[in-house]
Formats: sequence, C-alpha cells, structure tokens
Amino acid sequence: MSEQDVSKMKELLKKAGVEPVGLAEPPRDLWPMMLARLAPDATRVPWWDWVLVAGAGLVLWFFPAVVPALLYHL
Amino acid sequence: MELLERFAAGDQEAFESLFRDYQGDVYRWIARIVRNRATAEDLTIETFWRAYRAHARFDVRRGKFSGWLRRIATNAALDHLRPAKRDVPLADELSDGCQKISGVEQTELRRAIFAALGQLSAKLRVVAVLALMEEEPYDSVADALGISVNVVKVRVFRAVRILRKELQKAGVRP
Repeated sequence: MSEQDVSKMKELLKKAGVEPVGLAEPPRDLWPMMLARLAPDATRVPWWDWVLVAGAGLVLWFFPAVVPALLYHL
Repeated sequence: MELLERFAAGDQEAFESLFRDYQGDVYRWIARIVRNRATAEDLTIETFWRAYRAHARFDVRRGKFSGWLRRIATNAALDHLRPAKRDVPLADELSDGCQKISGVEQTELRRAIFAALGQLSAKLRVVAVLALMEEEPYDSVADALGISVNVVKVRVFRAVRILRKELQKAGVRP
C-alpha cells in the first residue's frame, strides 16, 4: 500500500461524484437548541436528593410519632 | 477578565459568546465527517454541551480554544459512528456531487463506495472521510484526533486496503 494507492482511491471517489462538503453553513442559529439542552440540567434534581426524600418518607411511615415532634421544631 | 477566562470559570454569558463565534466552525467540521445536516446539528450541540461541562478543564494559558473544541467535535462524531451505530449509513447528503445529474454507473459506484465505508471501524472511517473525501492535510487530521501524523498515515493505508477489498467484492475495480 502506498501514496499512489491513496491517490487512486481519491480519483475513484471523484469519479463517483463524492466531493468535499467544503464550507457547509449551519442552516440556522443553533443557540436556541443549545439553551434547550442546558435548561433541563439546571432544574434536574440529583439522584441522591431523591434517595434522601425516600429515606425521610420511610422514617415518617415507620415512626409516625416523630411527626408531631418534627412539626413542633418546624 | 478575558472571555476565555470567564468561560473557564463557568460564566454562561461567555459560553454563549463563544458558542455564537464558533458554532459555524464546529458545524462545518462535523458536517464534513458525517455528511448529514441533521446529524451535524445534533453533534454540534453535543460538542458544545461537552465543552460546557468540561469548562474547568480548559487551560486558558496552554490551549487554543478552536483546537480544543475541534478535538471534542471529532470525538463526538467518532462516538456517533461507533459500532452500535455503524449501520447508520453515511448518506452523503451534503456532497456537491449529489446535486449533479449523474449516470446510473456513477450512482452505483457511489452506492458501492458508501457501502464499503460502512465496513470500516469508526476510527478508520473518520480518517478515510477526512483524508480521502475532504482531502484534509494529515497534520490537521492528526491534530483533530490527538494522534501523530504517522498514525494517520497508517490508518489511511488500512482504510484504503479495506475499501479496495470491499469494492472488489462489489465488482468495482479500484
């Protein structure tokens, strides 16, 4: 395999009409798409927060006597 | 504080400015690899998303932002072409050649070429598209992939060997 084979392959691609894309421009401003991608990240609740909520729920379920004490301290 | 320093510190306004300045470059680079508008758009967003998340790793003193972004873009395109997604064909929607009225023989040849390209691994495919179709200089391909020029040459030769074999199987004599 040599540079000559590479050149032959390039010629074949040209013969097939496969040409460089060149200077393709984005069809529109992509910033709104980027903003949409960024937005969910800002509002997403981390998984450990859900674990904490589930843990607190379980404590209250199994020890209902804690509820009045909790409300008193709130 | 300079724009790049603000970006590295996580400033979203600085990120927006950089996005507006570089979205065209990133889109063009990815479009050359994947040759499809919709995919190029999605991967442009993916590239900037990765850059945004990695802002703290960008070294203002050492790196050139455009080069750093191009490497992220190339990796995003590579991930898109990885084995699980390899059956997604290169549609060549963006090649100027497709705009021309072409003969049946040329259409068949093009189909055989894209089928052969589909047999390449993602790494070889990216190098083959950039070096053979886009005629991008080897050093530029090497820089985008974070590899040496010699490795690029080896990958080009391997890609050409596989392409020749696949085209011969399809009855095309390269």
